[in-house]
Amino acid sequence: MNELIQDSKVTSFVEFLPKTKLPFNNELLLKASDVLKSIDFPTTRTEAWKYTRLGRIAAIPTREQIARAGKNLSREFINANFQISNNGLTFVFENGIFRSDLSSGEFPKGATIKPLTGCTKEELATVGQSIPLENELFNSMNTVYAIDGMSIVIEDKTIIEEPIQFIHLLTGKNTVANLRNFIHIGKFAKAEIMQSFFALDAENSFANSITEINVSENAHLIVNKLQCEAEGNFHVSTEQVDQAKDATFTINTFTLDGTFVRNNLNISVNGVNATTNLNGAYILNKQQHVDNHTCVDHRAPHCNSNELYKGVIDNKATAVFNGKVFVRKDAQKINAFQSNANVLLSDFSTVNSKPELEIYADDVKCSHGSTTGQLDEEAVFYLRARGISDRSARNLMVEAFIGQVLEKIENEALLKFTQEKLNKRFNWESIVE
Amino acid sequence: MITINNLHASIDGKEILKGLNLEVKAGEVHAIMGPNGAGKSTLASVLAGREEYEITDGSVDFDGKDLLELSTEDRAREGLFLAFQYPVEIPGVSNVNFLRTALNEIREYKGEESISAKDFMAMVREKSAIVELDAKLASRSVNEGFSGGEKKRNEIFQMAMLEPKLAILDETDSGLDIDALRIVANGVNTLKSKDNATIVITHYQRLLDYIVPDFVHVLYNGRIVKSGTKELALELEEKGYDWIKAEVDAH
Ligand SMILES: Nc1ncnc2c1ncn2[C@@H]1O[C@H](COP(=O)(O)OP(=O)(O)OP(=O)(O)O)[C@@H](O)[C@H]1O
Ligand SMILES: [Mg+2]
Repeated sequence: MNELIQDSKVTSFVEFLPKTKLPFNNELLLKASDVLKSIDFPTTRTEAWKYTRLGRIAAIPTREQIARAGKNLSREFINANFQISNNGLTFVFENGIFRSDLSSGEFPKGATIKPLTGCTKEELATVGQSIPLENELFNSMNTVYAIDGMSIVIEDKTIIEEPIQFIHLLTGKNTVANLRNFIHIGKFAKAEIMQSFFALDAENSFANSITEINVSENAHLIVNKLQCEAEGNFHVSTEQVDQAKDATFTINTFTLDGTFVRNNLNISVNGVNATTNLNGAYILNKQQHVDNHTCVDHRAPHCNSNELYKGVIDNKATAVFNGKVFVRKDAQKINAFQSNANVLLSDFSTVNSKPELEIYADDVKCSHGSTTGQLDEEAVFYLRARGISDRSARNLMVEAFIGQVLEKIENEALLKFTQEKLNKRFNWESIVE
Repeated sequence: MITINNLHASIDGKEILKGLNLEVKAGEVHAIMGPNGAGKSTLASVLAGREEYEITDGSVDFDGKDLLELSTEDRAREGLFLAFQYPVEIPGVSNVNFLRTALNEIREYKGEESISAKDFMAMVREKSAIVELDAKLASRSVNEGFSGGEKKRNEIFQMAMLEPKLAILDETDSGLDIDALRIVANGVNTLKSKDNATIVITHYQRLLDYIVPDFVHVLYNGRIVKSGTKELALELEEKGYDWIKAEVDAH
């Protein structure tokens, strides 16, 4: 039985949040509310939050939320600023609320794409099944206070060529947006989803996002996650992925802006012969803090996972990387590769990188590497001796470093979008010819 | 072109250059020879602007400019080029990409327009042919995975692209087989004109059969202790440095 905490920070944090109107399973809701009554914001004494302090989120005066949704925006504005690929599959949410006025009304044959508020109780029956609630503040909060989100269901054998774009805008002051997404890719189906997060005149606001992803037998899914929330805002997101046999799942997580970002990426590889690719890039300056926690759980034999995360950390920014790979006892013949590399550009920037391999099978190939260093000053001198300014020399080298992750992006429009964002923020030349 | 006057430089409190004098005029080729540790690379590094060295005395005039006041990149933009004794590998930065950046920054410095992609590629083709550098190498990451000889040819390729007023080649011939040596020397000779000058630092007289110097200098213990014509190189090849050391130390 959970012990009740009277007047915890959590209790007062959620007090003014609207309870979810989504037709979730009742037991799930009860369980999640119980958790919220019994826990507080985790401190750095909690292993999973060892290097990430939540004080600034806990301190958001949620009763003073200024905006909910309804910012005056046009489709043209969305197209010009946030849309990555110019197609008809764009879905926009503001502070968790669906903006049908800015979204596509149609979706291709074999795909059902709609806000969760438009789903029936039956359609949402499996929501939350694989999301742990016990001791999980953000998961529980998200469950009880989920505003809306996207449901994407791709039928078996359906191939959706155009990327489906999910755009989330954080607006207003002290806003708390709990959003919940649900993605199901049917057997032998194929899709690409772009999830991008932005802030628009937002201040001290917080997005808490959960995406449940189910990749069925022999299905292919690429998720591109772009985090561009502006300075002064906070973001916690969790992807819970289940992969069936022969399925291929790729997720690219690119953190380009935002004061505080925590990503929890949990992938359960349940079937044989599956392939999992996790790529991440984080480019930080000022006092940004970005924490990537990833976990690949190999539960079945003959699978491959490749993980490459690279970070560039400047000024007083801090990065955390925690990458777990589990190989269960019967999961033989697994190839699991993990690499995290960081470049510190200032004497005040820090990174905490921790790879964790737990292997219980005996016939596997696993490797991991973690490096943190500075730019090679010899190389900087070499470039300068050719007439390149110190700044451009460093930029060229940083671009080259992070370019090795960016080149994993297959979608050209996304690559261009990402580069433009980086060029603008860091004054880079173009990375790719 | 360049006048070095009483140059003193130290690193980590240790004096390496101890009052070095040298004058090179446009159109000339000078060879600098000398035993290991004499300070040849130090001279090249100091001229290129390596910040680890402290200049304690002396001056360097480069075409009317006070060279020691300029940043490394501005020295390059003014037309100084150093072919490194040990070229650095820079993973992920493509050779041509960085050369275009360099070329354009140099042009911007001179108030010129940047080069078009088309002209640039034509230039890459023309100049890489001079040193017989494979076009594939030209577009690969800077020196990454290059053989020793390829690295040296890449240095001369870069020199050809940047068309410097004064090139300093620090042991560009070391480790080259005779074919590669010919190619490198041919590159240097092709680029030679009455308006530019070259300083070749070398241990081997054989290079000077290909790049014929107007003057040969011996650098020993941080100073130019002997200067002569190309015959001096032959003499050094034959007799080594002991007689020079003895001469100097006797003073
Ligand atoms: N960081 C340093 N601290 C102290 N001494 C140094 C440092 N770097 C170089 N030196 C010394 O400076 C001296 C000159 O070195 P330099 O590389 O200029 O010689 P060199 O004439 O180019 O020799 P080589 O023919 O072997 O290339 C050497 O005695 C070397 O040990
Ligand atoms: Mg040397």
